[in-house]
Amino acid sequence: MGVPLWMYLTVAAALFSIGMYGVLARRNAVAVLMGIELMLNAVNLNLVAFWRYLTPFNMSGQAFAAFVLVVAAAEVAVGLAIIIAVYRNRQSVEVEDVDMLKG
Amino acid sequence: MQCDNLINTLAPCLVQSGWNGDIANFISIFLGVIVVATFPLLVTIFLIWFERKFAARIQDRLGPNRVGPFGLLQPFADVIKLLGKEDITPAGADKVIYNLAPVMMVMSVLLIWAVVPISPIHYGMDLEIGALYIIAVASFGTLSVIFASWSSNNKYALLGAFRVVAQLISYEIPLAFALLVPVMLAGSMSLVDITQAQAGMWFMFMAPLSAVLFFISSQAETGRAPFDLLEAESELVAGFNIEYSGMKFALFFAGEFMHVFTNGVLMAVLFTGGYIGFGGLENSIPLLGVVFLFAKASIWYMISLLVRNALPRVRIDQLMNFNWKFLVPVSIVNVIMMAFLLKLVQELGIAPAPDQANDFVANIPQTLVLFAGNVVLGLLILNNIRSRFRKERLDESAKRAIVPVGAGD
Amino acid sequence: MNFGEGLTPQAIAFGLFTILTIGGALGVVTSRNLVRAAIWLMLSLFGIAGFFVLLSAPFLASVQVLVYIGAIGILFSFAVMLTRGMTNLKERFNTQWWLAAFAAITAFALLMVGVIVPVFGTTVIPVADQVTTTVDLGVALVSGNQYVLPFEVASLLLTAAMIGAIVIAREDD
Repeated sequence: MGVPLWMYLTVAAALFSIGMYGVLARRNAVAVLMGIELMLNAVNLNLVAFWRYLTPFNMSGQAFAAFVLVVAAAEVAVGLAIIIAVYRNRQSVEVEDVDMLKG
Repeated sequence: MQCDNLINTLAPCLVQSGWNGDIANFISIFLGVIVVATFPLLVTIFLIWFERKFAARIQDRLGPNRVGPFGLLQPFADVIKLLGKEDITPAGADKVIYNLAPVMMVMSVLLIWAVVPISPIHYGMDLEIGALYIIAVASFGTLSVIFASWSSNNKYALLGAFRVVAQLISYEIPLAFALLVPVMLAGSMSLVDITQAQAGMWFMFMAPLSAVLFFISSQAETGRAPFDLLEAESELVAGFNIEYSGMKFALFFAGEFMHVFTNGVLMAVLFTGGYIGFGGLENSIPLLGVVFLFAKASIWYMISLLVRNALPRVRIDQLMNFNWKFLVPVSIVNVIMMAFLLKLVQELGIAPAPDQANDFVANIPQTLVLFAGNVVLGLLILNNIRSRFRKERLDESAKRAIVPVGAGD
Repeated sequence: MNFGEGLTPQAIAFGLFTILTIGGALGVVTSRNLVRAAIWLMLSLFGIAGFFVLLSAPFLASVQVLVYIGAIGILFSFAVMLTRGMTNLKERFNTQWWLAAFAAITAFALLMVGVIVPVFGTTVIPVADQVTTTVDLGVALVSGNQYVLPFEVASLLLTAAMIGAIVIAREDD
C-alpha cells in the first residue's frame, strides 16, 4: 500500500464538497439527487478507507459501507418515483416549483 | 526454475534473465490480458460461420459455401466488407457516447472471460467474488444499450432500448438466483473453487432446476430467440442499434455471438464441471482441460442454437409475464429449497467428508437427496403450468362458444 | 506531510481513480445535459469502485458496480428520459449558486485544515498486510452478535422502498 490514509480522506472530502455544491446549486431535482449520491459515496469511501487503515480486523467499516449502499439504492428508487409523480402533476422537476405545501 | 510454461512462469523467467521485476510483471500481465481478450474474439469468427451453417441445415439450406472450403472464410469476407462500408454518425448524435456504446457491448462480454478458468493452471484471475463479478460486468451490456439508443437521437432506437432494458434487468433476477445455487454448493464465489468442487459430481445432477433456470435466463440476457425482442425486425425496425452501420454494427453483432458462447462456457463452468474431464487427466495434461471445457461449452452452445432456431418469438407481455410470474418465483423457491436440503444433508451426515469431496461414490447419497428435491419441485411446477394452461384453454373455448355462427371467421 | 513511497503501481492507480472520481463529480454538477450528468455520475462511482479494490474490499467494489452502474445509473437514465423536455436545462444553477460554491469550498477547506491534515497528515499508519476477506464480511453480516439485525432492517427497508416507489410512480387508473 503506497498511498497514505490522508490522500483517501482528501479525495472523499473533495467528493463530498462537490456533491454538496450540486445539492445546493442545482435547480433540477434529478441533478440534486445525483449530488446526494456523490455525498453518500464520499462517506462510503471514508468508511472503507478507515476500515482498511485503522481496524482491518473488525468488519464494522465494510458492513456499514454495505448498509450505506442499501440506503442509497432505496433513496434513489423512492426519490426518482417522487420526481416522476411530481413531473406528471406539475410538468416540472425544478425544486423551486414544488411549493404546494407553502402556506 | 524451468522456463517451459510460458503463461505461468513468464514473469519469474524474465526476472531471471535480468529484467526489472515490476516491468516483468507488467509485461506478463499485459500479455495475459491480450491473450484472454483476443481468444474469444477469434473464436467468434468461427462461431459466426458455425451458427450460419447450423441454422441453414435446420432450415434445409446449405448456408455459406462459396468462400473457402465449406464457406469457412465467409466471416473474413464479411469483416472486409463491413470495414469497407461508410461509417455514418447520424446528425444530432452524441458522438462520444455513440462511439463508446459498441465497445462497451463487447467489453461487457470480454470481461467475463477474465475470471473463467479454462484449465487447472490457466485463468485470467481467481477472484474470490467471481460469481458476483459476472453479474456486475453484465450490467455494462445493459448500459451500452441505453447509450447506443439515446446517443443516436432516434425515436425507434429509444423505444427499442426501453424494451430491451426492461427485458435485461428483469431476467437478471432469475439469473442471479440460479447462480446462487452453485455458489452455495461449492461454498465459494470463486469460479476456480466452483469448478474444483465438481470434481466428484457435476452440479447439474445436484441442481438440475438451477441449470435450466440459468440457461433460460442467460438465453434471454443475450437477446436470442425466443427472447429476441431487442431486434424484433417486424415491430421495431431494428431495435436500439438501428443507426449503426459498418464496423460499429458489427461490434454489436460480434458481442451478441460472443455472449452466446460465453454463456455456454459459464454453463459448463457452473454446472457441468468446467475443465474437469475423466480420471484426473486434466491435472497431468493441463491443455486437455481446455479441450474438456470447450467440448462442454460447445454442447451447451448447440442446445442454445437449437432453441433459437426451433422456437418462435414471444410477445413483450408474454416475456414479462413469463419472467415475473414464473421464473422469479420459481428461482426464489429453488434457492430456499436448495439451502434447506443442503443443510439437511449436512445435519444428517450424508454429505461426503471433506477429504472425500472429490470422490464420485461418496457424493452419490447427497446428490440423490438434492436431485429428489429438484424432481419434486419440478413436478409441482409442471403441474402448476398444466393447470394454468388448461384454465387458459377453457377460457379461450368459452369465448369462442359465445361468438355466433357466421360472425367473424 | 507523508507522501507514501513514491510512484508505486498503487499510487498510479490511485491517481487514475482520483481523476475519474473527481472529474466525474465535477461533470455531474456542471453538466447542462442530464443524461450526460448521469454518465458522469457512473464514471465517478466507477472510480470509487476502483478505490475499493485498492483498499482490498473486492466485494464492495463489485457491489458498487452492480448497484450504482447496473441499477442506479440505469434508473437515472430512465427517469431523465421519461421526463423528457427537461433533458436539456436552460438554467444549470439557481440564482444563489455562488453562495453554494462558497459553502462547498469552505466545507472542503475546513475539513482539510481542521481535520485531515493535522490529525492524519503527519502520522504514518502502518497498513496491515493481512486483511479480513469476503467470507468474514459474510459471517459478520449474518452472525447473531454482530450485524444480523441491521441486515434484516436493511432488507425490510429495501422492500418498503420498492413498494413505495411502485405506489408513488404508478399512474392512477
